[in-house]
Amino acid sequence: MQQSRSGKGVINAEMKAQIDENLKRVYQDALSEEVPDRFKDLLAQLKAKDAQK
Amino acid sequence: MTTTLARRNDQGDVAAQRSPRDRLADHLTGLRAFAISLCRNGAQADDLVQETILKAWSNIDKFDPATNLEAWLFTILRNTFYSALRKTRREVADSDGTYAATMFEKPAHDGRLAFNDFQRAFDQLSPEHREVLILVGASGYSCEDAAQMMGVAVGTVKSRANRARKRLAELMQIGDGEDLFAGTDGAMTAVISRSVPSAA
Repeated sequence: MQQSRSGKGVINAEMKAQIDENLKRVYQDALSEEVPDRFKDLLAQLKAKDAQK
Repeated sequence: MTTTLARRNDQGDVAAQRSPRDRLADHLTGLRAFAISLCRNGAQADDLVQETILKAWSNIDKFDPATNLEAWLFTILRNTFYSALRKTRREVADSDGTYAATMFEKPAHDGRLAFNDFQRAFDQLSPEHREVLILVGASGYSCEDAAQMMGVAVGTVKSRANRARKRLAELMQIGDGEDLFAGTDGAMTAVISRSVPSAA
């Protein structure tokens, strides 16, 4: 179990698939978070400022 | 609400015809997810997104509408992230795991790999490793796209992704039943400072 600590361990296809599945879940969790209003507000402000020019 | 930019295409408001500035709002979710993936710290991620929006807004003329807007935004975000990292290494050092601990409390209902262990291992990776894994492993960009965003060769993307997966596997095995994850500040700092100077 510990042989890959040396850094020479090889990731087999199943391990890679499991890692990528978990990576997708990490990313999906981040994607599913609600975007704070501050960003939409910021874009609205930038747009308003631009329109004044 | 109507701006000079929007008026250019008063009819047929499909994505391709909207001005890039108007399309920025479509990418807030993705930008924030990428920022969270890089920082693993919600407050820092939000600051990063804000800075990215400001830069994108003022440099919008540098965006080629024939290309992928999200990829362009991700490039700005990651470049901003790495230059901030160089300046504020000290602050970044305490971001290990705090985000995952507070924001990801969902039960591990499937998990052949326990998801919490996975996240802890993911948090311990260098930002470069997290970045490459999110781009090519999770968000579905090709190695070629990722190479362009990261400013490195395609081969570097592939080898870095392989090393990152290997490192993740190591971290999870080491963590099995051990509390080696406690007090990782030093290790985290070492990883970050080692990986900062060059993106290669």
